[in-house]
Amino acid sequence: MKNKLLPIIITSLFIIIFIFFYKGLQNSNIYTPETKINIKVPSFDAELLFEKKLINSSELFQVDKYYLLNIWSSWCVPCRQEHPLLMNLGKNKNLELIGINYKDTKINAKNFLAELGNPFKKIIFDDRGIKAIEWGAYGVPESYLIKNGIIIKKYIGPLNKTLFNEINFLVK
Amino acid sequence: MKILKLSLIFLFIFSFNSLMANNEEINSKITKNLRCLICQGQSIYDSDSEFAISIKTLVNKKLEEGFSENQIYDFFKEKYGDWILYDPGLNKNTYILWLLPILIFLIGGAIIAKTFIIKKNN
Repeated sequence: MKNKLLPIIITSLFIIIFIFFYKGLQNSNIYTPETKINIKVPSFDAELLFEKKLINSSELFQVDKYYLLNIWSSWCVPCRQEHPLLMNLGKNKNLELIGINYKDTKINAKNFLAELGNPFKKIIFDDRGIKAIEWGAYGVPESYLIKNGIIIKKYIGPLNKTLFNEINFLVK
Repeated sequence: MKILKLSLIFLFIFSFNSLMANNEEINSKITKNLRCLICQGQSIYDSDSEFAISIKTLVNKKLEEGFSENQIYDFFKEKYGDWILYDPGLNKNTYILWLLPILIFLIGGAIIAKTFIIKKNN
């Protein structure tokens, strides 16, 4: 009886291990970040692009309304592509746009906005890219939808028409 | 008196140097244990991407502010999740990773011990 049981146990063990690894082969090993998050906006002191003063980041999101924080840069081509959508979102009365200018120079950033328009209420100037890290960003462009000081949605990469409609729907 | 002053100056310079070296050592240790999330397969230490450069700057800033190694890991874990660490801690997602080798080692040991005991008895 014991001699019969041992091969069965070993075979079934091998089958289980095989299935486990075979399933594992099909898993993507590319890291996909979490986009549905419910965390508080980070608190840090930051310099503004147009005003010569320091402001605490949490002060920017005090009012009970929707905010869209957008990380952008004048050297980033996808930022240029999504800019018309941001200009459109800026017209939405339920939404306020806040920008983080990432690893840029003040002159280039201002020229970019002069050329394409400025949809932002306030812009944080982040020349070393460390404020973007506080937000858990990976690069530019990236957008965060915020309500009551909580980040409710994160958009990695440039916004497109579908995401534009989604944001308009969410802030209705 | 002069000798005392000189030795104090030397002591100050050397302690400052060792402090700097110590910070650099911890910095490279931390950045080697952080994964570059946009250039996978590389650590922050090895990578020259914009993301990695920003993280390196922030690690330096945090060390200057007096953050400990673990506090810095916790900070990045909070922002990017466990995936950013090459050496993740023991939690509900990683317990198999940590416990499986020990379990296999114990089972293997038990099989060997059992075989020897059986052989000895025979």
